Amino acid sequence: MTRYLLSRFWQSLVLLLLVSVIGFLVLNLMPGGPLSQYTRTPGMTREMLDRIAEQMGLNRPLPVQYADWAWNLVQGDWGKSYRDGRPVLTIIGDHLFATLLLMGVSTFFAMIIGAWMGIRSAVRQGSLFDHSATVIAMVGFSVPTFWLGLIAIFIFSLWLGWLPAGNMYTVGDGSVRDIAVHLILPAATLALVSVATWSQYMRTATLDVISQDFVRTARAKGLTERRVLMKHIVGNAVVPMITLAGMQLPTLLGGALVTETVFTWPGMGRLFLDSLGYQDYPVIMGLLMFSAMLVLAGNLLADLAIAFIDPRIRLD
Amino acid sequence: MTDTTHFTISRRRTLMLMGAAGLTSAVPGLGGAALAQGAPSGQVIIGFSQEPTVFNPHMPHIEVDDGIHYAIYDPLVDVDPDGIFYPLLAAEVPTIENGGISEDGLEWRIKLRDDARWHDGTPFTAEDVKFTLDLLNDPDFRAWRRVGTELVRDIEIVSPTEIAWRLEQPYAPFLAILASTFIVPKHAFEGVDPNEAPFNNAPIGTGAFKLKNRVPGDHIELEANTHYFGDGPYLERAVIKYIPDMTVMYTQFKTGDIDMLALQWITPDHYEEARNLPDRVVEIAGNPYFESVQFNLERPQFKDAAVRQALYLALDKQSIIEALNYGVPPSTETFMPRESYYYNDSLPAHEFDIDKANALLDEAGWVRGADGVREKDGVRLAFRNSTTSGNELREQTQQFMQQTWKEIGVEMEISNLPPAVVWGDFWSMGQFDTMLVGLGVLAGPDPDCSDFFRSDASPALGGTGQNYWAYQNAEADDLLAQGASLFSPEERRPLYLRLQEVIREDLPFLPIYQYAVIPGRKAGLEGPHGNINNRIDTWNLRSWRWV
Repeated sequence: MTRYLLSRFWQSLVLLLLVSVIGFLVLNLMPGGPLSQYTRTPGMTREMLDRIAEQMGLNRPLPVQYADWAWNLVQGDWGKSYRDGRPVLTIIGDHLFATLLLMGVSTFFAMIIGAWMGIRSAVRQGSLFDHSATVIAMVGFSVPTFWLGLIAIFIFSLWLGWLPAGNMYTVGDGSVRDIAVHLILPAATLALVSVATWSQYMRTATLDVISQDFVRTARAKGLTERRVLMKHIVGNAVVPMITLAGMQLPTLLGGALVTETVFTWPGMGRLFLDSLGYQDYPVIMGLLMFSAMLVLAGNLLADLAIAFIDPRIRLD
Repeated sequence: MTDTTHFTISRRRTLMLMGAAGLTSAVPGLGGAALAQGAPSGQVIIGFSQEPTVFNPHMPHIEVDDGIHYAIYDPLVDVDPDGIFYPLLAAEVPTIENGGISEDGLEWRIKLRDDARWHDGTPFTAEDVKFTLDLLNDPDFRAWRRVGTELVRDIEIVSPTEIAWRLEQPYAPFLAILASTFIVPKHAFEGVDPNEAPFNNAPIGTGAFKLKNRVPGDHIELEANTHYFGDGPYLERAVIKYIPDMTVMYTQFKTGDIDMLALQWITPDHYEEARNLPDRVVEIAGNPYFESVQFNLERPQFKDAAVRQALYLALDKQSIIEALNYGVPPSTETFMPRESYYYNDSLPAHEFDIDKANALLDEAGWVRGADGVREKDGVRLAFRNSTTSGNELREQTQQFMQQTWKEIGVEMEISNLPPAVVWGDFWSMGQFDTMLVGLGVLAGPDPDCSDFFRSDASPALGGTGQNYWAYQNAEADDLLAQGASLFSPEERRPLYLRLQEVIREDLPFLPIYQYAVIPGRKAGLEGPHGNINNRIDTWNLRSWRWV
C-alpha cells in the first residue's frame, strides 16, 4: 500500500511539473501581458511601462522567471497578485468558501436526485417514468447554464419577487438564513444541469448490474425485490459512480464560471476569468496548479475508494 | 420587483440610524463641528462592472480604481462639472491673482487647511504633500503618472499649512494635474518600500469615507469618516459592488438589489426601457471619451489625405449612431468634449456622400482593379480594422463600415483581438492598420493633449508619448507648445480652437461620436452628477444623500 501511494506521489509530481511548464509557456506566449490594461491611462508612456515591467521582473528571460516561480512554489510561496499585491494563496482562500458552498450544495442534491432518478429508471426500464426522466436529462444537458440562470432570475426575482437576483448575501447581513436564501437559485440552476449527467450514468450503471447473473441468483433465492435492489444492485452500480465523483473534485473547488457570473457569486470560477482578463500571471498559475493538484487528488481518492469497496480490485 | 430581504434590512437600519442621529444631535458638540448636517445615515450600493483592486492612487491603476480613490482620498483642489476649480485640502485655489502662482507660472505657493485629519487621527500637514510629490518622482517607485509632477523642484515647507515649490518650466495643465493627485500620508510609508507597503491594502486617506471591509471579487464597503473637514459625508455607508456582466447588473438595478448603476452604465439598447422604470432616475451624461477610427499614418494607404477624406465621406455616422446606439451619443467632429470651454462648435460638418467619395478617389488617382478594390502605385486600398473582441456594438459598427467602404472600392478586413492583446504592443507600437477605439485625450479639465498629437510623441517612431497613430504636423506642434505654456484660459482658447481645425482638416482619425453614458439610480438618491472633468461617478460621493 505504501509503495503504491509512493509511486502515485512521484507520478503526480512529474505531472504537476509538466502542467506548470506548459501552463507557464502558454501564458507567456499570449501577446499582451499584465501591463497592457494601463496603456490607455492618460499620461502613460512606453518608457514608464517598460520601467514598471522591469521592476516587476517581467523583462527577465522566461526560464529564469519560471525557475524563480517554481522554486518559490516549492517553498510554499505561491507569489503575489499583480493587481492588488496580495498573496495568491490568500486570494484563492478568499474565494474557496463561496465555491465550496455553491458547488457542494448543488452537487449533493444533484447526486442524490440523479442517483434516485437513474436507479428508478433502470429498474422500471421502458416505463413512463424512464422515458420522462430521459427527456428531462436530455433537456438538462442541452440547456445552457446562463440561459437557465437568467430565466430563473426573471421568473423568481423580477416577476415574482420571491428570491434575490444574485449575490451571496445582502451587504450588512450575511446571516446563515440570508446566505441560504441567496443560495437557492444558483444551486438549483447548477443542480438541474448536473442531475442530467448523474441520472444517466446511474441508469446505465444500474442496467449493467441488473443484467448480471448474480442478480438472477439473488432473485432465485427468494429475496424480496427491495432487498435485491438495496443489497446487490445499488452497491455494485455505485462503483463506477465513485470514479465519477472523484473526477468531480476539481469542479467542486474550481467553481462554475457561468453560474457565478450570472448570479454574481464570488467564487473560484470568476476569479479565474478575472485573472485571465487582466493577465494576472501569479494568480492564473496558482489556480492552474491548484486545479491540477485537485484532479490528481480526486483520482487518487476515487481509486482508493473503489479498492476499498470492491475487494476484487487490486491497486498496483 | 420588490426584494423583501433588502427592504426589511434597510427599513430597520434606517430607523436605528434615525434614532442614533436623534440622540447625537441632542447632545451638542458630539461628532465634531464639521457635522452641521447631522450624523450620516443610510447606505448606497453602487454597481461597477470592473473590480477596484489598487488602493494606492499613485500605482498603476485603471478608471474603476479611481472610484475608490475619490471616496477615501482628497487632492489639493478638484474640478466641478463646469470646469471651475474648487479647493479641498488646499485652503484656496492658487491663482496668479492671489499669489499662489507667480506671473511666469514657475513659483507655486499653496496654503493648506489646518483642520484636515487622516483616517487614523494624525493631522494632515504640508509634510504629506511634499511626501506625495517626492514619491511620484522616486525612480524606484512604480508611479502611474509623472507628467507634470516631474517638473517640481525645491519643495519648501514654509509651515505645516503652507508649502511652496518651483516648476522647471511653465506648465499650464499643472493645476489640473494637482486636481487628480491624491495626497497620501507620509507616516504610513515610514521605513517601508512604497511598492510593498501595507498601506497598499489598508489605505489611509483624508477623504469622506474610510475603507471598512473588502471582500475580494465581490464588494468593498466604505464607511463614513465622521471627522471629515468638508461638507459631508451624508451617507453612513457606501458599498461598491462588483458585477462583471452588464445584463446581470442591469437586472439587479431593476430588482433594486443595487441603488446606483455606475461603470459601465446602462447599455443604449436598454435606454428606452430604463427611462420608463418606476422609481428610477435614468439620465444621459456626457463623457470625455470619443469613438473614432484611428489610422496608422505610417501605412502607405493612409499617407494620402484624399484617402482619409474619402473614407470619412463614406462613413455612415448617422446610421451608426441611430441604429446601433439608439441615438444616444452625439455625433462629433473633434476630440474635444462638447462640455469643454475649449470646444470648437464650428468645425465643418460631416457629410455622408458615397458619390463624392468615389469622385475624390478617382481624382487622386486610385483606380479600381479587377476585383473592385482601388489601387495606386502598387498599393491596394485594403487594410484591417481591429478592436477589442467581444464588444458586439463595435463588431456591428465594423460591419457597417465594411459595407459602405466596399462601395467606394475599399477592402476592409475585420481583425479583432482580446483587450490584453490590443492594448499591448499592437496599439502602442503601431502594429495596427486601423483601430476602432474609444479614446480620451484629455486628462481632466485641461485641454492639453500634447502627449497624443506632438510629432515626437510617437513610440513607433522612437519618441515618447501616446501619439500611437504617428501624427506629424508642425503647426499642431506649435499650437500645442504655446497652449501648454500659457495660463489664461482666454489666451489659450483660440489656440485650441485652431488645433481642432487643423486636426479636423488632417483627419488622423475619423471622429464618430462623443460618448454618452447612461447612469441610473433609485429615485430619492441625490448627489450623483455627471462630470466630464473626472473619470468616474463617485467623484463627489461625499455629497450623496437620500431624500
